[in-house]
Amino acid sequence: MIEVIVSFFVLSGASLMLLASIGIIRLPDLPTRMHASTKSGALGTSLIMIAVALAFLETVVTARALAIISFIILTSPVAAHVIGRAGYFVGVPLWDGTVKDALKDNYNPDTHFLSSGYETQGEPKKPAENPAPGSEEGPKGK
Amino acid sequence: MINPWVIDAAYLMLTAALILAFVRLAKGPSLPDRVVALELVASIVAGMVGTHAIDTGVAAFLDIAIVLALMAFLAAIGFARFLERGGPRDD
Repeated sequence: MIEVIVSFFVLSGASLMLLASIGIIRLPDLPTRMHASTKSGALGTSLIMIAVALAFLETVVTARALAIISFIILTSPVAAHVIGRAGYFVGVPLWDGTVKDALKDNYNPDTHFLSSGYETQGEPKKPAENPAPGSEEGPKGK
Repeated sequence: MINPWVIDAAYLMLTAALILAFVRLAKGPSLPDRVVALELVASIVAGMVGTHAIDTGVAAFLDIAIVLALMAFLAAIGFARFLERGGPRDD
């Protein structure tokens, strides 16, 4: 019985990985590719680790598998967020069929200033008045 | 014991996934695309290590998967810092 469950988890994890890589090669631009690879890649690895824990049924192995799963679930959204942010700032072109670009009105590529969109009147103009500290001490400072 | 057919099928699918991710890594139009492909390669290899641990029955292989996941995260953060420092680029 346990073999059937392990086989199910291994096969579904591997097919999710295959799905992720098909998505990464077929989808048109960076955010959609990240959407394919991050979620199904993390879920595929987690399913295979669940299969490992069930196949061995030892405390040590289960602890390691749970450590891998929790680490992947903690880090993969952070990594995707950071790469997507960097890709947007670097100027990776979006797909022609993009419906909504929420950062377009809030991000100034010249001063590298990203406003939240909820500022009170007049506040967003502050960095435009003195662009020197923004461009010098911004993300390039450190 | 697990049916060997299942393990073979899983290896086959993971290898196909690895090849497709490598194609994106080689021809990705911009550097962030390549970083995303590299992260996917790391997680596919971690899955492959797990499958190999089930196949051989050696639990020590899981340590490799832990290290792989850790290094992939650090590499992604490093690449993103590098990209944001460099400013707008056209590649």
